[in-house]
Amino acid sequence: MKEAIIFENVTKTYPYYGYVTAGFKNFILHLPKAIKNTKKRFVALDEVSFKVYKGECVGVIGKNGAGKSTLLGLAAGVLKPDKGRVITKGRVSPLLELGAGFHPELTGRENIILNGVLLGMTKREVEKKMDQIVEFSELEEFIDQPLRTYSSGMVARLGFSIIAHLDPDILLVDEILAVGDIDFQKKCMDKIMNFRKDGVTILLVSHNLEQVKKLCDRAIWIDQRKIKAIGDPDEVCKAYSSLLACV
Amino acid sequence: MSSLSYYKDLIFVLTAKEIKVKYKNNFFGYIWSILHPLSMAMVFYFAFKFVMKIPLKNFTLFLISGLFPWQWFSNSVGASSTILIGNASLIKKVNFPRHFIPLAIVLNDLFHFVMSLPVIFGFEFFYKVSPTLAWSYGIPLLILTQFLITFGFSLIVSSINLFFRDMERIVLIGLNILFYLTPIVYDISLVPERFKTFFFLNPLYPVIEEWHGIFLKGFIDWRLYCISLFQATAIFLLGFLIFKKLSWKFAEVL
Repeated sequence: MKEAIIFENVTKTYPYYGYVTAGFKNFILHLPKAIKNTKKRFVALDEVSFKVYKGECVGVIGKNGAGKSTLLGLAAGVLKPDKGRVITKGRVSPLLELGAGFHPELTGRENIILNGVLLGMTKREVEKKMDQIVEFSELEEFIDQPLRTYSSGMVARLGFSIIAHLDPDILLVDEILAVGDIDFQKKCMDKIMNFRKDGVTILLVSHNLEQVKKLCDRAIWIDQRKIKAIGDPDEVCKAYSSLLACV
Repeated sequence: MSSLSYYKDLIFVLTAKEIKVKYKNNFFGYIWSILHPLSMAMVFYFAFKFVMKIPLKNFTLFLISGLFPWQWFSNSVGASSTILIGNASLIKKVNFPRHFIPLAIVLNDLFHFVMSLPVIFGFEFFYKVSPTLAWSYGIPLLILTQFLITFGFSLIVSSINLFFRDMERIVLIGLNILFYLTPIVYDISLVPERFKTFFFLNPLYPVIEEWHGIFLKGFIDWRLYCISLFQATAIFLLGFLIFKKLSWKFAEVL
């Protein structure tokens, strides 16, 4: 089997930018401490290695702050590892959170073009798929209205409809399927299943263990910056939930 | 996949977004964008022509031929400070060339500047200044240098503001000071000799001076142009390097 995502001894640290992002004024007022702090970094992921094979769906579980989102950021290529290597093969598309990259003053249709291009399609590709996207979102009546008139559920629907018509090799999903009404949630799940069938590699971060068990071929449990367990989703989820029950 | 045509699309949609938003917010989008520098010109005309009695010919034309380019520069740089924070959710998730975000801002204001050129031409006509051949190549050449300066500053301001979040305020104060240190509302000939050399430290001075030259006298001073092109390229490269060096850390601090 071919690999789609490879993490090789990946360590990711974050800086303590507290004094810096508080501005020049604060930086200068607390100069000695601030300079010391710029060198300190905290570790978010520590020597993490794993492989995701082409066409696989892998769920990532773990407590808040365990490093799940950092892992997705590294896979998306927006973060650079301090040590080790991250290799992804093919077009990587991240699933954005509700309305990210949308502009409230633009119409639904204009936002589809903007977001579609941001997510990696060319303008012509988006225009070709426009009718399908609008139909999938079931927002035909509102599509030429500015986005600020949409409800949050409608925004989520529009967002997912764009994702659903992307043509990615790797899809990164960060806790998104909890939006919209039940019908639409089901539609989203079906679409993700479809992606799987089409051989799209999926990396999915979720707190919903049932979802992970249902969708994923394997699960990764991240705890304390390291991989605690990796393998069959049922077993990994069981181990994870039994630990949760103990605490 | 040809990434060049994809990048072209990306710049296009990002810039189109800025332009559409500016025009859609209010029905008279275009009028508003011109009314701002025009009203400034009126106020300065009153203050400097009637109150201070500045001895300049065609003073209105002088004012707007400096104010319109200034507007482009200051709008772009002013907006740049918060632009990356405003796009935080994208920067944290999607991997695309980050410098396209400030680029879209600068191109948006460039678009408005070009759209406002007919207003300057209108004033030329009114003051019976006839167009010269130098306009045909001078205006694009000046747009190029000003674009490099503006984009350079945008890159610096936008990236540094992520790390020092009070950059925003410094930029506002800086723009205010720069406005009066650039010969926009007065002519360089009125400046005492001993201060004149210092003006070359201001990268905006040669550009604004050239805009005055081309719209009032109808020619380009090539010596001055070479200086401004050199300064502009240096600022652009500096901005690009700073931005490039910092851009890997954007997703960490947002």
